[in-house]
Amino acid sequence: MFPFRVPLDRWISDAVDFLVRELGAVFDGFSAFVYFMVDNLKDGMLTLHPLILMAVIVAITWYMAGWRNSLFAVIGLLLTENIGLWQAFVETLALVLTAEILVMVVGLPLGIYAAKNDRFDSIIRPVLDFMQTMPAFVYLIPAVMFFGLGLVPGVVATFVFALPPLIRLTNLGIRQVPKELTEAADAFGATDMQKLFKVQVPVAKATIMAGVNQSIMLGLSMVVIAAMIGAGGLGEDVLRGIQRLQVGQGFEAGLVVVILAIILDRITAGIGARKNNG
Amino acid sequence: MIVITWDYFMPGLPGIRSSVQWAYMASGILENMQEKIVVKNLFKVFGKHPDRALKALKQGKSKDDILKETRLVVGVQDASFTVYKKEIFVLMGLSGSGKSTLERLLNRLHEPTSGEIIIDGIDITRLNKKELRDFRRKHFCGMVFQNFAILPHRTVLGNVEFGLELQGVDKETRHKRAMEMIQQVGLEGNEESYPDQLSGGMQQRVGLARGLAVDADIILMDEAFSALDPLIRRQMQDELLQLQNKLQKTIVFVTHDLDEAFRLGDRIAIMKDGKIVQVGTAEQIISKPADDYVKAFVEDMDRSAVLTAGSILQPLVEQAFPNDGPRTMMRKIRQNKLTGLVMTDKAKTLKGYVIARELADYINKNKDKEDIPFDNNLIQQPSIVHLDMPLTEVINVYSDNQFGPVVVVDHNQIVHGVVTRGSILAALSEDPDIQVMDNKEK
Ligand SMILES: Nc1ncnc2c1ncn2[C@@H]1O[C@H](COP(=O)(O)OP(=O)(O)O)[C@@H](O)[C@H]1O
Ligand SMILES: [Mg+2]
Repeated sequence: MFPFRVPLDRWISDAVDFLVRELGAVFDGFSAFVYFMVDNLKDGMLTLHPLILMAVIVAITWYMAGWRNSLFAVIGLLLTENIGLWQAFVETLALVLTAEILVMVVGLPLGIYAAKNDRFDSIIRPVLDFMQTMPAFVYLIPAVMFFGLGLVPGVVATFVFALPPLIRLTNLGIRQVPKELTEAADAFGATDMQKLFKVQVPVAKATIMAGVNQSIMLGLSMVVIAAMIGAGGLGEDVLRGIQRLQVGQGFEAGLVVVILAIILDRITAGIGARKNNG
Repeated sequence: MIVITWDYFMPGLPGIRSSVQWAYMASGILENMQEKIVVKNLFKVFGKHPDRALKALKQGKSKDDILKETRLVVGVQDASFTVYKKEIFVLMGLSGSGKSTLERLLNRLHEPTSGEIIIDGIDITRLNKKELRDFRRKHFCGMVFQNFAILPHRTVLGNVEFGLELQGVDKETRHKRAMEMIQQVGLEGNEESYPDQLSGGMQQRVGLARGLAVDADIILMDEAFSALDPLIRRQMQDELLQLQNKLQKTIVFVTHDLDEAFRLGDRIAIMKDGKIVQVGTAEQIISKPADDYVKAFVEDMDRSAVLTAGSILQPLVEQAFPNDGPRTMMRKIRQNKLTGLVMTDKAKTLKGYVIARELADYINKNKDKEDIPFDNNLIQQPSIVHLDMPLTEVINVYSDNQFGPVVVVDHNQIVHGVVTRGSILAALSEDPDIQVMDNKEK
């Protein structure tokens, strides 16, 4: 239709090249940091005897989500160990936790800021829409360009994919805090920080935790995709199952992802429902 | 004729009134009361470039016109009034009349568009952000809201401590103070409950205790009892009055309910379209509504339930003194066409009542004497009512009365005036200016 083609592809790859060239040191530093986190988390968990780590996970589940869910955790975790996927399970857990920590470190402040600043909210909204509707595979490309293959780009791709819901729900939760509650705080002479941490965040906690929950679930849905660029863990077992047409093995790994998802879901939902004098 | 009794109005609690109400009743003098909040020409316009609305208001345009022309909402216009120390000042008006806006201007939850708000001599419209924060901490017991606005994630204790916690009061002190306040509002035993475990009335007690816990003296209450069902509401009103008797705060109370306004308010400001149309005591508003708007409000109220002996009495035109002779008394009676004389000493302390007919008979019996001594047997005990007795009760006393008018006294038996059939009729009639003279012997 047109006598020319918009060279969108070249622009983007040029931009990525530019960033890699100019900001290489930054990416390297970040990469080292993420690797340090995931690796230590993973190694730390793997030095524990599986039964001890299981006991810890079950205890947390019990405390946050009640005995029924902890019973499920016992069965699920023992099964994981029994079918030889314990190490993969721990690797995936480390990856997801690292990504989620990054999501929280970045997402909570951005969500809070979006709730306080309508301009920022209107800017970030389409960006988040874009991030969520973009096919997850697409994130692999820049992640690999910036960080090469392996664990780190896996974490980064997971982070980017899992970030939007936390920002969105933090923003929403804080905006939904009844006006009278913040007025009450103001009327007592609260500072902005007191209002934020003694009223807005605690009252919005259930919604914010729903954001944490959603982003963890999205993160887990990236497990297999991240494995395609060498992030390892359960995703790798699923991939292997697909590539070698070993339905049973692939399915087993998929099932363990589901077990992990359910446990993390119940724990975060439990935290969201809790009251405390915060 | 009388449908509402005192008991209906204040069940089981006759005579609960704040000290300020007593002060009004005993003296009717406002001058000696200290100013707490002075509001001068206060405007609040919502929207961008509010100056346009201020200009239009100066040209005499109405709130509706301004909304149409400029898309600006006039919340409060040209409000000026004074709230005195230790009084309950009520802002009353229909929904949308600007009560909440005006209340929120008082602690600058809303920024005034123009005007002054002087609290304890300080114009708070000039304070910067930090000064304002400190001022709020020092002078305001937070605010009490219609929907309670207590923190759902905190226990009762945690909520009551809130204001003190913001001020950085140490844990032990604030625990102690909070527990005291929880006791004050009757919530002891519920310290560890969460708000969702409490009834509406109890939640509002938490809201009240939270305010009282901070050591300040202005309480702002916005429709604080409006969400409660009528019985609980009445109970909370009584408790507020009792608390106020003890604590002596300055309360600015917003309500759309006239009953509540009259029950609680030492004085009431009636608002319409952001303007204050009348400020006065319940009696003043009932007997002299400033315009048809106020009149329409007041018409639903039973006048007899709000008026008191003090507000309908007629001052004495003449009285007998203990050392007056019978003929002097008779002259006073004739000159003023009275049916008798109230006898007082020079300090106006009540001594009794002399009936004209009995006095005439006595003079007649002794008419040949040059100098008739006064016979103390002529002194009768008249029916008396206290200044603050509601009209409904006064009517009862009057109808049981054997002779003469009913004498109105205060605590020290000082005579303030009398209530006659005429003053009762006038008070009950639509037009308060009709004064039926009562010369008829009963
Ligand atoms: N934040 C606001 N923004 C714009 N208009 C407002 C705001 N708050 C109140 N108003 C308007 O101001 C007027 C007075 O409202 P309000 O003070 O809430 O009345 P009341 O408390 O007597 O019901 C109404 O017309 C209302 O719509
Ligand atoms: Mg209101």
